[in-house]
Amino acid sequence: MCALCGVLLTDHWAERGSGRRDRVSRVRLLNRVLAHFGLELGDWSGRVYMLRDRKGKTAVVDDLGSLWTAAEALAGRPLDPLDPALVAALRRG
Amino acid sequence: MGDRLPVVLVTGFLGSGKTTLLSRLLGRPELGETAVIVNELGDVGIDHHLLRQVDERTVLLANGCLCCTLRGDLADELRDLLSRRTRGEIPPFRRVVVETTGLADPAPILNTVLAEPVVKHHFEPGPVIATVDAVNGLGQLDREVETVKQVVVADRLVVTKTDVAEPGSVAGLEERLRTLNPAAELLEISFGEADPALLLAPGARDPRDLAAGGAPAHDGIRPFVLFLDRPVDWTAFGIWLTMLLASRGEDVLRVKGLLDVGANGPVVLNGVQHVVHPPEHLDAWPDEDRRSRLVFIARGIEKDELEASLAAFAFLGDGP
Repeated sequence: MCALCGVLLTDHWAERGSGRRDRVSRVRLLNRVLAHFGLELGDWSGRVYMLRDRKGKTAVVDDLGSLWTAAEALAGRPLDPLDPALVAALRRG
Repeated sequence: MGDRLPVVLVTGFLGSGKTTLLSRLLGRPELGETAVIVNELGDVGIDHHLLRQVDERTVLLANGCLCCTLRGDLADELRDLLSRRTRGEIPPFRRVVVETTGLADPAPILNTVLAEPVVKHHFEPGPVIATVDAVNGLGQLDREVETVKQVVVADRLVVTKTDVAEPGSVAGLEERLRTLNPAAELLEISFGEADPALLLAPGARDPRDLAAGGAPAHDGIRPFVLFLDRPVDWTAFGIWLTMLLASRGEDVLRVKGLLDVGANGPVVLNGVQHVVHPPEHLDAWPDEDRRSRLVFIARGIEKDELEASLAAFAFLGDGP
């Protein structure tokens, strides 16, 4: 349940009960957000996610709880959904 | 959530009437099968056959924030209650009431019930009830950040000692409480007399009739309600809220509401800082109004920026 301490949890609230199709959709939508920070996410066997930056540095994340901390570390800057530049980029599609 | 037992949290500042309220309520037959965990045995003793005392002990996790700590004392006690019930050493119980100290932060307690590996399979968070003293409450809200946090986190706000307070001060306090946490149910009691439904009724007030907004209620804390007129992609919403809580969770003191995800009924959302309850899917809407409605109580975050961000994320799935 904890966005910062997601390592504790295997059934994150935002992913609970979701199936393969939801997971594919999640990765697709996440990549629209992560692209703004120069990051890309892939699904690894439907169990974990593989996050990578443009230089090839990678991080394995279990769920949405641990994703954002790892993404911030790889991007080297805060990932704030209220950032007007991000909001504008998402609106442009 | 199945057969999980609710853990009702009773919080409130020192002297605000928590123990008086509890001792009266626990005398009622409807609340007979209740285990009680207290941090301190106060002057007004609770006479109850399933009373347990714990010493507040938090376990700070590596890289963890305060709200994501686990209350090791509480987890131990809940596990012990379960095993002793299984062995027949104590009578069966159907709920647990935790009375916190006046200074306790409710968030780690909720986190313990939701995240501790054993506890989460047997218990679920029940309503959070905060007592506020009608005589001293306004002053405590000005001085004590813990009181503000308890009010913000509560599902039910119980104004106590109304029998000895000036009528004007009760009205002023209640207005302040409604401003701070418009999503909470507000009740008045005197002499500790209260309806057992206070502890028994699940969840909180339906947030759909709220119209929060306006000036900050305390130290930049501002409640507001966001409406969405069309269904939201649940996956996109989950991405947005997890990202928001990861970056601004310490300032999102509370989020709760009903979300239209395109199904017959809404999803009930309830979160305290980084701690989010498992979303519950309802079979039907409570009334004809099917708009999503989310109450945020946030510090230093403007409604406009939150609204713009949610709109950009919520309909991500509509794009190519």
